[in-house]
Amino acid sequence: MTSKDGLNDVNGRNARTVITGIGITAPNGLGTEAFWKAVLAGHTGIAPVTRFDASRYAASLAGQIDDFDAAEHLGSRLLPQTDPSTRLALVAADWALTDAGVSPDTLPDYDMGVVTSNALGGFDFTHREFDKLWSKGPDFVSVYESFAWFYAVNTGQISIRHKLRGPSAALVGEQAGGLDALGHARRTIRRGTPLVVAGGVDSALDPWGYVSQLAGGRVTTATDPARAYLPFSADASGYVPGEGGAILVTEDEASARERGVQQIYGELAGYAATFDPAPGSGRPPALRRAAEAALADAGLAPGDIDVVFADGAGVPELDAAEAEAISAVFGAGAVPVTAPKALTGRLYSGGGPLDVATALLSIRDGVIPPTPTGAPVPEAYGLDLVQGAPRDRRVRTALVLARGRHGFNSAVVVRGA
Amino acid sequence: MTRRVVITGIGVRAPGGSGTKEFWDLLTAGRTATRRISFFDAAPFRSRVAAEADFFPEAEGFSPREIRRMDRATQFAVACTREAVADSGLEFAGVDPYRVGVSLGSAVASATSLENEYLVMADKGREWLVDPDYLSPHMFDYLSPGVMPAEVAWAAGAEGPVTMVSDGCTSGLDAVGYGVQLIREGSADVMIAGASDTPISPIVLACFDAIKATTTRNDDPEHASRPFDASRNGFVLAEGSAMFVLEEYEAAKARGAQIYAEVTGYATRCNAYHMTGLKKDGREMAEAIRAALDESRIDPTVVDYVNAHGSGTKQNDRHETAAFKIALGQHAYDVPVSSIKSMVGHSLGAIGSIEIAACALAIKHDVVPPTANLHTPDPECDLDYVPLTAREQRVDSVLTVGSGFGGFQSAMILRAPEGVKA
Repeated sequence: MTSKDGLNDVNGRNARTVITGIGITAPNGLGTEAFWKAVLAGHTGIAPVTRFDASRYAASLAGQIDDFDAAEHLGSRLLPQTDPSTRLALVAADWALTDAGVSPDTLPDYDMGVVTSNALGGFDFTHREFDKLWSKGPDFVSVYESFAWFYAVNTGQISIRHKLRGPSAALVGEQAGGLDALGHARRTIRRGTPLVVAGGVDSALDPWGYVSQLAGGRVTTATDPARAYLPFSADASGYVPGEGGAILVTEDEASARERGVQQIYGELAGYAATFDPAPGSGRPPALRRAAEAALADAGLAPGDIDVVFADGAGVPELDAAEAEAISAVFGAGAVPVTAPKALTGRLYSGGGPLDVATALLSIRDGVIPPTPTGAPVPEAYGLDLVQGAPRDRRVRTALVLARGRHGFNSAVVVRGA
Repeated sequence: MTRRVVITGIGVRAPGGSGTKEFWDLLTAGRTATRRISFFDAAPFRSRVAAEADFFPEAEGFSPREIRRMDRATQFAVACTREAVADSGLEFAGVDPYRVGVSLGSAVASATSLENEYLVMADKGREWLVDPDYLSPHMFDYLSPGVMPAEVAWAAGAEGPVTMVSDGCTSGLDAVGYGVQLIREGSADVMIAGASDTPISPIVLACFDAIKATTTRNDDPEHASRPFDASRNGFVLAEGSAMFVLEEYEAAKARGAQIYAEVTGYATRCNAYHMTGLKKDGREMAEAIRAALDESRIDPTVVDYVNAHGSGTKQNDRHETAAFKIALGQHAYDVPVSSIKSMVGHSLGAIGSIEIAACALAIKHDVVPPTANLHTPDPECDLDYVPLTAREQRVDSVLTVGSGFGGFQSAMILRAPEGVKA
């Protein structure tokens, strides 16, 4: 008996899930190669907020995507019904599917699904609809608001645009949810769906969305874009919120090869997620456990990992906690660590998938991208942080870490094909 | 060896009563909990009825700080979690916290709190550049609602995989499906799974007004939710939550746990058609049902009861009637089908879990809940929808389905342990 999504693993736990397409929309580069070039050159996408007058707010910077013309990429039907985040997600998905050489008829009906993470919803769009409701009345609220806002919007719109009818989902886990989406994509593939479009893209850079991000208390008030978001630096003062992310095409390896795939960037070899204990419980934080479980899931030992893409919160106590977890798993200074997300700002659901994409490019080109240089890394962190310039090195495997507010910890291991 | 997953604890906060028992009493009596909206002045709106829950956080045992910290939807989820955990009898202290996870469904999460904060910060829409002086410290958690599953995790001491599943109106079904998958594959031994939504607020009402999805039967609130009836004209917005303790079957059996039901099959599909519209043929929902039956390794004729999505919109009720006919064949005409949304309304992401609770209780008590307010069936809805009165009959295997914006179509099979009750 065959089942496309049996609760059992039809393809078996040993079937390999590979990444065959990448689509990137990031503040420092649109498209995979533009982004990768910017990352290696250390070009930042962080700048003073230009979408609105931020002079009354405590912070003033954001990772904005300014050179994106949605009308150039999407039909006129989609523009009035989509938030900026969904437009970016749709374009990233277009690029990923093109990169993978996939069209709606590549596989039989129901064999392709979509799993995205979303942490903020269509917030800019929603802010405008709230304004219409309260300044003009219910009759002025858009017929699109019911779906332009909710967290499932990107999954639904990508599904419709590309006729993907397989098992699909939307997950929310603040900044860690994007890795959970990749983990769930692999799960869905193992259960019998050969291809899943997966990742995350977020944006909430309207005034209300921006100020709401400040309410979290972790956004830096620094004003120099080059020295604002400095993960693991002694003068770390918080993060800069950004917009964008990455959508990947994940596939069952055997199915991908059978359809004559153009390229395989690497294997989604390991995934695990944990949650920190309740505040005041006295129990240890759980990031270390997530990293160890992801390595075990990939069948790898710490010594097998060539680079760690860190969560890099940019908040001293969170950086210290992450450094402690990395050192506990690998030994102090035993593995190169990097946080290129300091060039984009934190992208919420987009951060993890973009880091995975970056790790795959690192594997492809044999180079570790650097973290922007701030003040020296505190000795106590015991980190070999790749700073200043890219580090040439053969990269076969990478561990990607992501944490979400209140205790989400997710870890993904990618391995060269 | 295949790991099997069972429901061992249930918590419900639904309109018309508090707790699992009152919920079941309402359903089996065929009473409705829909009423004129009392939370705010709904006069400017097209649809002015809802199924509101009478929920009292102090009486639920929440401390003043918890009440300040937790959004209404979070309070519902935590109250249900506490009830489900107590109901399960599981000694969580004896379980490795890393083997306990959370899968919480919600469609619009903290929408109501977002709106409350907006009104202050934007001065009711007068200030596009919202005033930061009125920024609540909880505003971040309303924007990005990871705090909802976090509070559930803290309430249960879970340190394994924790996530929110937000698939619109199938969230409650999909969150439980997600939890089942994690136990099956070995990522967890226990999952706190379920869903919560408290969307009765002006902005959400306006969303559905705009597309005429909600009912206009404002002069008759108690009879406003009319799934499958010829006079139906939209769904009734509702709020609520249901949470479950899911356990690996052998472990549950070994500790002598009460087992409500085994989740034997789950599948979801997308229609890739329209964000809110449904094709008439129901083929994607039928495919999800087929796959869930397939996974359960049962023939459609084994199904004793179908819990319908039955939202009461014109298009939905025909869509799923068509889907049942494709997926169940002749048995679609023989098996009782009902919609509890006729009584507790449509609580968006939460209702899928509330309906799973109804299914588990139907198996436990051998009673099929009715479809209230069904007097004159739509000629295109020609199945046995159990009108008005609950039906006592053997219930060992149940199909429950959900359909939602974004095109999601989900189906789940629940069965008495070992297929039939002793």
